[in-house]
Amino acid sequence: MLRTLFSLELKSLFRSPTWKQNLWMRILIVFAILYFVLIFLSLGVGAYYIIEKAQIGEPFEVINRYLIYYIGFDIVFRYMMQPMPVTNVQPLLYQNIKKSTVVHFSMLKMLYSFFNWSHLFFLIPMSIILTIEGQPASQITTWGISIYFILLINNYLNVLVNQRNTVFALVASVVLGSAALQYFGIFDITPYTQVFFLALFNHSWLIIPVFALLLIIYYSAFSHFRTRMYLDAGLAKKSERTISISENYFNRFGKLGLILRNDVALILRNKRARQAVFAGFFFIFYGLLFFTGAVEAYESDTWKLFAGIFVTGGFLFSFGQYVPSWDSQYYPLLMTQNITYLDYLKSKYTLIQVFTIATTILSSWYLIFGLEVFSYVILGAIYNLTINSVIVLWGGAYVRTKIDLTSNKKAFGDKNAFNYRTLLLTLPKIALPLALYGGFNYTLGPTAAKISIVVVSIAGYFLKPYLFKTIISIYQKEKYETLKAYRS
Amino acid sequence: MISVSNLSKTYKDTTVLSIDSLELSKGEIIGLVGNNGAGKTTFFSLLLDLIKPSTGYIENNQIRVDESEDWKSTTAAFIDESFLIGYLTPEEYFSFIAGLRNINKADLDSFLNRFNTFFNGEILEKKKYIRDLSKGNQKKVGIAAAFIGAPELVILDEPFANLDPRAQMQLQNLLREINQELGCSIFVSSHDLLHVSELCQRILILNKGELVKDANRGEISLDALRAFFSEEIEASNEITPSPTDE
Repeated sequence: MLRTLFSLELKSLFRSPTWKQNLWMRILIVFAILYFVLIFLSLGVGAYYIIEKAQIGEPFEVINRYLIYYIGFDIVFRYMMQPMPVTNVQPLLYQNIKKSTVVHFSMLKMLYSFFNWSHLFFLIPMSIILTIEGQPASQITTWGISIYFILLINNYLNVLVNQRNTVFALVASVVLGSAALQYFGIFDITPYTQVFFLALFNHSWLIIPVFALLLIIYYSAFSHFRTRMYLDAGLAKKSERTISISENYFNRFGKLGLILRNDVALILRNKRARQAVFAGFFFIFYGLLFFTGAVEAYESDTWKLFAGIFVTGGFLFSFGQYVPSWDSQYYPLLMTQNITYLDYLKSKYTLIQVFTIATTILSSWYLIFGLEVFSYVILGAIYNLTINSVIVLWGGAYVRTKIDLTSNKKAFGDKNAFNYRTLLLTLPKIALPLALYGGFNYTLGPTAAKISIVVVSIAGYFLKPYLFKTIISIYQKEKYETLKAYRS
Repeated sequence: MISVSNLSKTYKDTTVLSIDSLELSKGEIIGLVGNNGAGKTTFFSLLLDLIKPSTGYIENNQIRVDESEDWKSTTAAFIDESFLIGYLTPEEYFSFIAGLRNINKADLDSFLNRFNTFFNGEILEKKKYIRDLSKGNQKKVGIAAAFIGAPELVILDEPFANLDPRAQMQLQNLLREINQELGCSIFVSSHDLLHVSELCQRILILNKGELVKDANRGEISLDALRAFFSEEIEASNEITPSPTDE
């Protein structure tokens, strides 16, 4: 039975419109996966020696100390990115299949998820290296397996908490909070967790309670789904309470206001769109990697500008690159109504501007790292406001991913986002300012480099009407293709 | 009002629609019938410039729909749920459409009054998003919205499907009333021959992409319509005899 279900699953994967659409995308998915596998692999092989070279302590102890962050960030990433096991169960409900089989299948299917097997590329080479470096093989094996079990516990824990944003906020703030406390030397949690992970190594039998915990979590996730396998329970479409949005406020903007009001409703009332906003706010913390000296390679000024662009441009990238896909479900309506492309684009543009300004204000806490650091945030914001907020709308015309607003498809599901034209358009968005800054910084110094970014931004601002015209003609040219992609 | 010239739509080798010429005059209720795959939705999509014709063109008020967008101010449609914005409440959706068609709030409210019995108290002031309404109620929202702002041409694909019997009757009356009062053309497709023969002043039959019948109501009775489709069944039976005949 499980085999039949599995073959159904394979068919749904290979026959999905996104997969069939183009070769480029398939190649890019494979590359993206290879890229991550390589990163995990090199971390797995290299971690030991990097720690040894950095002389921050006995490598195995250091690894055990920081494992808590590995596991903590794992669950945060899972929550944001990992798709839930939505086997299309409704048609199976009436068939001669036990409900529990269907649920077990959906849950076991998750083991094949990238989020689970990718860790093996880290854990296995690391365990091998540790053995080579003299740790006893049997103990390392149970230690490694225990850690993998903990990651699987994360997996099913994520299933359980996925619908509850508050639980997630709690976990995320504990992880981020303890990282911050440690960074500022206020409180270090790692010595305590180190004891735990070392115990897994010293007492191999501890693998049994860990496995038992995994089983418990698995079965609670199982029963969570199993009890909801009814048309009027878990499978029912939930009718939401409506969130009202004042009409009067938007009326003053005329037709633009009408569309803008819909866009605000789009963000407030759809989980998929809210996630984009959420991801946008997460980018605010991205700068920590660059401004704190946490990563040596990111020390240079050019990388700091890179950080500035991403810190203030989170929403711009996460939301903007899917314009007009956000409206894919009712694109035919928009195409037959009295809406000009200009009003349509301006509404999205306004939204991006507002969010960029808001994130810039929220990013002002980077001032604690000094004015110099904050100046990169401001530069990034200026470039985003003037140039990127327009260019990103350009890229969207080629994305053509149908977005199901009500479903919970995660960022990884939108594989279409990787297509060669959108990749090309990242050049003016990121590569151009970096090249410009790097070039001037190298020849004339940092002040000239900063001025160059401002000048280009001002030029971009005055080019805006022209850019809009170009984008509109692309939207018009792509109209039928876009409609077709959204229909399928 | 609508004039079609040498229109065809071909996907790879299959021609799904081919109409040499067709003129629709203003103010009529026109019915389009045909089996699945006959090309009804393709024709509507071409009328609304949602797909590009392979050859020929359609003019709406002397405006070529694939070249200018000016027809949008006088034409409205409800084809399927992709004409609804699921995360809005019906009220918000109506006011969005009214805004686009320059109708103020008071006029919208008095317009919606006409639909009160049709809505059956299940649409307005329910504090529900459109996506949470039943299929039938979604259809009611879409149909009502299409008439906001008194467009000259309203295109409705399968307006009677998914409606309960009472709502079907009410809709027939509503369409007739609106057609008489506003003088707008209404172009409907339906699988229900009875509705078409009762409602439409002109009936077009599409078969495998071609216009095989074009008649005014007086010229074709319900029985004749039925006969047309049953002849087709007999014709196909002759070609492929059913196994029981053996």
